[in-house]
Amino acid sequence: MGMDRRTFLKGLGTGIAVAAPGSSLLPSRAEAKEVVASKEFMGVLVDTTRCVGCRTCESACAEAHAMPAPDMSDAAMDKIRPTSVTQWTLVNRFKTDKGEVFVKKQCMHCNQPGCVAACLVKAMEKKENGAVTWDTNCMGCRYCMVSCPFDIPKFEYDSAFPKIQKCSLCWERLVKGEKPSCVEACPADALTFGTRREMIEEANRRIYKESGKYISHIYGEREVGGTGYLYISAVPFEKIGFRTDLGTTSYPEYSKGFLYSVPIVLLLWPAFLIGVNTITKRKHEVQNSEGGKR
Amino acid sequence: MNTGIPAEEKRNFKDIVAFILSEMKPTGKLITPFNVISAPLIILGAFLIVYRLVKGMGAVTNLSQEFPWGIWIGFDVMVGVAFAGGAYVLTFVVYILRSDKYHSIIRATVLNGLLAYIFYAGAIFLDLGRWWNITNPLFGNKFGANSVLFLIAWHFLLYMLAEFVEFSPAIAEWLGLRKLRKILGSLTVGAVVVGIALSTLHQAGLGALFMMAKGKVHPLWYTEFIPVLFFVSSIFAGLSMVIFEGTISHKVFSDQISHEDHKSYDDMLIGLSQGCAVSMFVYFFAQFLIFIHGWHWSLLNTPMGYWYLTEMVGLVGIPCFMFFQGARYRNLLLIRTAAILAMIGIIINRLNISIIAFKWWIPFSERYFPSWMEIVITLAIILTEIWVFRWIATRMPVFGKPPAWAEETH
Repeated sequence: MGMDRRTFLKGLGTGIAVAAPGSSLLPSRAEAKEVVASKEFMGVLVDTTRCVGCRTCESACAEAHAMPAPDMSDAAMDKIRPTSVTQWTLVNRFKTDKGEVFVKKQCMHCNQPGCVAACLVKAMEKKENGAVTWDTNCMGCRYCMVSCPFDIPKFEYDSAFPKIQKCSLCWERLVKGEKPSCVEACPADALTFGTRREMIEEANRRIYKESGKYISHIYGEREVGGTGYLYISAVPFEKIGFRTDLGTTSYPEYSKGFLYSVPIVLLLWPAFLIGVNTITKRKHEVQNSEGGKR
Repeated sequence: MNTGIPAEEKRNFKDIVAFILSEMKPTGKLITPFNVISAPLIILGAFLIVYRLVKGMGAVTNLSQEFPWGIWIGFDVMVGVAFAGGAYVLTFVVYILRSDKYHSIIRATVLNGLLAYIFYAGAIFLDLGRWWNITNPLFGNKFGANSVLFLIAWHFLLYMLAEFVEFSPAIAEWLGLRKLRKILGSLTVGAVVVGIALSTLHQAGLGALFMMAKGKVHPLWYTEFIPVLFFVSSIFAGLSMVIFEGTISHKVFSDQISHEDHKSYDDMLIGLSQGCAVSMFVYFFAQFLIFIHGWHWSLLNTPMGYWYLTEMVGLVGIPCFMFFQGARYRNLLLIRTAAILAMIGIIINRLNISIIAFKWWIPFSERYFPSWMEIVITLAIILTEIWVFRWIATRMPVFGKPPAWAEETH
């Protein structure tokens, strides 16, 4: 449905563009402009073959964002943990045929985030540098949580003044030209920070160079339209806690079909209703006058 | 029947205030079974609402990181708004198609719709963790205009205004304000047109909220057509509610209803039943096509598949057939039973999409189930709405005829 409507609208747009004698009358294509004006999105490459599960990133994150120090005991890793309101990032341990694999988990910083499209007050924002951040003008409706394919935003249910808690890619550090605190803390060089484009190049380089070590898939290159965090692995991603059924369409696309129909319905529906109302009025009058004659 | 104070061209403000104050007094018996049960629940609910605001959502709800939306959204808002759909359907029939048959129930239906929006959509307030920011989508400096929820927020507000305008002539008649009644009456058709357009979009919009929950809502329920299904099902949800509510209020407010209205009521029920039958058939057929195209045959033979069949066959197909038969053989009992089944079907459908089939892989022990406090607050909201409805219906010309002076302005 969405595709059809989009194609239709595009066709309509093209028609108008062709018909209009001067293109100056038409608004310039916003998307095309943004690409030139904005900076490149930054990203982090996670090499799961290098991660040793020391969890230094966890404590560095907690320290950088004034959150309680995480439980660093080995027992904490016995079960697969989700991120929480006091832990924006954490490392999970998976037992695979290629031994133990450690996987860092945090916000994926989607190129086109579902949470940002969901937010009705723009409290969730995709910053110019690619970080997806939360702000205090939030209403606490939790629609971002429903719309996140990775279930990352966490809500402080136990507070009367609750906040949404999630990884911000250390946005405030990025602005100052620093790396995210987890990347800086990693002693095993499992995390690499740079522009998203560079990270994809680096991932491809590693996959080609060390033939057979990695499976040939960069998780996040195309998933849900591309994510800022990118993962490479020696084992299939579904075996280390990743959802591989999310598709490559960005999440905001799914509600676009409906949103495109809004102006059409708002224009055509009242026109139709007023038309019917006028027709029935005439009929009503005729009926009434006929009834009067009888 | 109370038709307010005698109408005059000019009334001074003092008279009106004095009249409203005199109307505040209860008119009926205070000790009735309904009052005895509902009053304590409303008081308890009010305490729990204060507790929730002071202590945070976790203190009263069973919501979790996995299940961010519970019955306050899945039932109060999703179901409440669907049931309120009767108002836009009937205003379409009465004011756009000009069918006089349903004129006698239009005010009760519009009032019900208006109160449903105020109370059930108002329940969103409780569900907002940061409720003090509730005006941000309206007056803020950052509008998330491409959010489905942004559209719904605005539509709820505008639709409440439209329904208020549609109902307002009854208020003017109650207060005996002849001039105002004339002005407000002339606004009705405009409000109806706007109201129908808004309803179409936000009924569908409530479904569109779940478009980005792809991968979380069970594939038997997740389809790109959820918005269309929500809209179509709101037609028979609303009409079933009109049948159900009408059955009760025709007993409770029996003394207010004129003799001929009582007689034509059966005809009306049959007409409503036909409306339900046709819209349910369209809905059922759409669901069937979506299922066939979705290629989900293998999913039917799973627990969720049986649940899906229960909903589609038992709570859509069967009531649809009952509505057809009820209208054909003028069997009012069959029609009323069908209405109740259809309403249960709507409740189950909205709860399925928002809660039951949401993250269906999570084991039963870790699933969301509403706390008793969430249920009490929901009940308190419904009961308060009924109290307000009763208060208005016993004072303003809702079921009864408007005062004689207002009739000629039609």
